[in-house]
Amino acid sequence: MVMTKADLVDRVCEQVGGFSKKEAADLVDLVFSTMKNALATGERIKISGFGNFEVREKSARPGRNPQTGDEIMIEAHQALTFKPSNVLRSTLNPGR
Amino acid sequence: MTKSELIERVAEEAKLTKARAEVAVSTIFDAMIEAMKRDEGIEIRGFGTFTVRHYKPYEGRNPRTGDPVKVAPKRLPYFKIGKELRERINGLPAGDDAPAREPAPREAPSAPAASRPRPSGRHREEDLSEDVI
Repeated sequence: MVMTKADLVDRVCEQVGGFSKKEAADLVDLVFSTMKNALATGERIKISGFGNFEVREKSARPGRNPQTGDEIMIEAHQALTFKPSNVLRSTLNPGR
Repeated sequence: MTKSELIERVAEEAKLTKARAEVAVSTIFDAMIEAMKRDEGIEIRGFGTFTVRHYKPYEGRNPRTGDPVKVAPKRLPYFKIGKELRERINGLPAGDDAPAREPAPREAPSAPAASRPRPSGRHREEDLSEDVI
């Protein structure tokens, strides 16, 4: 099973109340687009109880095409890392 | 941006009270956590996907002392960035059929900034936070 945005929209409708499906869908979209806009400007996001999102600069490094084995240069780029919070880690690993 | 700042921005943009925006934002993250507890993946088009990865027990080492330690089996969320967001953080125009262009030039911090110690590129400098979008 995979949870999608539609499932989140249903949950917001049920739990928040007073929103039409359309309004709830717009709200879920707004939450993710607000996060995307922040990350696009290099801002870090810290959601307590969930985790942190951080844009990291990756420098160029040699790599290989896994299909052909050819050596290629991987260009410098930005990558996004997600670090789950300790609360989420222990939620997923009860009794540890 | 913290969770409360996210709530404030959402409240302002959607013209909602902070209290209602807070319930909505918390509902979203709580639902995602519940999905991961059930070992379900989460797919947010344009943002990314979360999957739960299972790790076998292994013998690790305390990095400080070098002592061997047993690491119990665990499961951890793994996030894979979506195409649109990957393009945006690399300074490319959003959208699948937008023409590709060179990433926006990222200038190194100028003289005063260079005099303070930098964490060798592992963390982004604040100086870079305004050059995209």
